[in-house]
Amino acid sequence: MSNEIGRPSESDSGAAPYNFGGEWKPSQLELDRRAARKARNRRNAAIAILSSIVVIGGLALVAVTSPGWKSLSDTFFAWAYGVEVLPKIILGFGTNVALTLIASVCVGIFGLSIALIRTSRSPALAPFRILATVYVDVFRGIPMLLVLLLVGFGIPALRIKGLTNNVLILGTLAVVITYTAYVAEVIRSGILTIHPSQRAAARSLGLSHFQSLRFVVLPQAFRRVTPPLLNDLVALIKDTGLVSILGVTDAVRAAQIASSRSFNYTPYVMAAIIFLLVTIPLTRFTDRTLRRSIERQNATGVA
Amino acid sequence: MTQPVLKVNQVRKSYGAEVVLEDISFSVPVHTATVFIGSSGSGKSTLLRCINLLDQIDDGSIELDGEDITAVDADVDKVRRKLGIVFQSFNLFPHMKVIDNITLAPMKVQGISKELARENAYKLLDRFGLHDKAENYPDRLSGGQQQRVAIIRSIAVAPRLLLLDEITSALDPVLVNEVLSTVRDLKIEGMTMVLATHEMGFAKQVADEVCFLHHGKILEWGTPTQILEAPQQRETKEFLKRVHEAGRL
Ligand SMILES: Nc1ncnc2c1ncn2[C@@H]1O[C@H](COP(=O)(O)OP(=O)(O)OP(=O)(O)O)[C@@H](O)[C@H]1O
Ligand SMILES: [Mg+2]
Repeated sequence: MSNEIGRPSESDSGAAPYNFGGEWKPSQLELDRRAARKARNRRNAAIAILSSIVVIGGLALVAVTSPGWKSLSDTFFAWAYGVEVLPKIILGFGTNVALTLIASVCVGIFGLSIALIRTSRSPALAPFRILATVYVDVFRGIPMLLVLLLVGFGIPALRIKGLTNNVLILGTLAVVITYTAYVAEVIRSGILTIHPSQRAAARSLGLSHFQSLRFVVLPQAFRRVTPPLLNDLVALIKDTGLVSILGVTDAVRAAQIASSRSFNYTPYVMAAIIFLLVTIPLTRFTDRTLRRSIERQNATGVA
Repeated sequence: MTQPVLKVNQVRKSYGAEVVLEDISFSVPVHTATVFIGSSGSGKSTLLRCINLLDQIDDGSIELDGEDITAVDADVDKVRRKLGIVFQSFNLFPHMKVIDNITLAPMKVQGISKELARENAYKLLDRFGLHDKAENYPDRLSGGQQQRVAIIRSIAVAPRLLLLDEITSALDPVLVNEVLSTVRDLKIEGMTMVLATHEMGFAKQVADEVCFLHHGKILEWGTPTQILEAPQQRETKEFLKRVHEAGRL
């Protein structure tokens, strides 16, 4: 390739051995190319903006001018009322946030443990491997709503002394049970994608089984599964709203209370907006990490 | 007569019905290099993997410093600590910088302090002209540089015996020379080695003994001159002729 000629050869591991006369200045040809590229980028941006205005503006116009718009906006978008109930909903959302934080820590610990058990070869762990597999299969296969009902209403029904019937704790437990199964699978698949030669290389350096996992396999596996784990985090945040059916006063429950009092659905919309304020940035962030991890994998190539 | 570092006695290995190694016996005295040549599929890699206990042999025994490492109660981790192995594909840890690749085993396996491990690693990198690559990630290095880092990584734990499996077959001729001179330096410093290679330059320049492996058997062995210039067996002659035609002699 002609543009490679001036580069010092990489294999000569050392300072650049030669230099082709002074500072490099782009040629007229390159300057023209850059100008043309810039012009093209500006034109593309203009087209994108224009077409967005036409399409989105058109849709908005159709919605607003449609015959049902008046009653629709009264029922769902009564902003004054929305602002009035907002503090209660935000207070409820605090519960969702706390639940998310506690649950994601527990899910991380348990999910990793189960993934490790399922990928281990140790004969002593054989019964745990079977149990872990059954657990994952069962709880990935049933709707979380059912788990919530079973745990939230089932455990208190046992009437065992010492067992809690605090709905918040039971709700968290149900969320943890379900999401541990998802996350264990994600982490396990990450561990399995690390080529066995990496483990072999670690073992042949004398690292123990545990050290190979800790220093070689898991760090690489985690990098690969960060995007899907973030996806699960977004899903978990949303699903904390489901604990409202147990009577936990979270954002959804708060909205429900407000709405049933006024027969207006704006509180639900407000709750939705609050969820979106958290989930949309997180989704964007997930997207970015995913793109970066793909780029990194492509760059790594064969090695 | 001092004890050889490695002694392989009548080793046999098969995968299912396919016998890959049959009646393999040889020994490697300290400070010497034994090079295995032979066509693709002759069992070179399998032999090295068996020595490193990555594969289990079907019969025979392997002794390292007089200790039977194929005994049922042998401590695999302890054995591997005495062996260095470098593979054909570099197998560097992509998530660690070059320096961390090298210091991992000295720190975690030998319990050397981080400062000392880094100091030793830099000495090795210096010696093989890779000092300025220490803080890079492996994917920023050329193939030859990666392979040399892999070699440095495996000698950083000061192994008794270094196993090198076709460490140049993924490289172009210039890089082959780079790696070859690294291996020659190790030889001069007295490292005991077993190599598997298609590169006759290795056999010529570093071998004390060359073994020709054919369908899992050692057909012929001797000094590099004996084997490469005056082979006795028909199969050896044919193999060398093919290598010659491929321009690798
Ligand atoms: N894990 C395995 N399972 C089954 N057969 C195997 C396995 N590994 C190697 N073999 C077979 O053993 C034989 C010897 O393979 P080996 O990799 O040792 O050859 P080699 O001499 O290193 O060849 P090359 O020069 O191409 O690297 C081959 O026929 C191969 O198909
Ligand atoms: Mg091989």
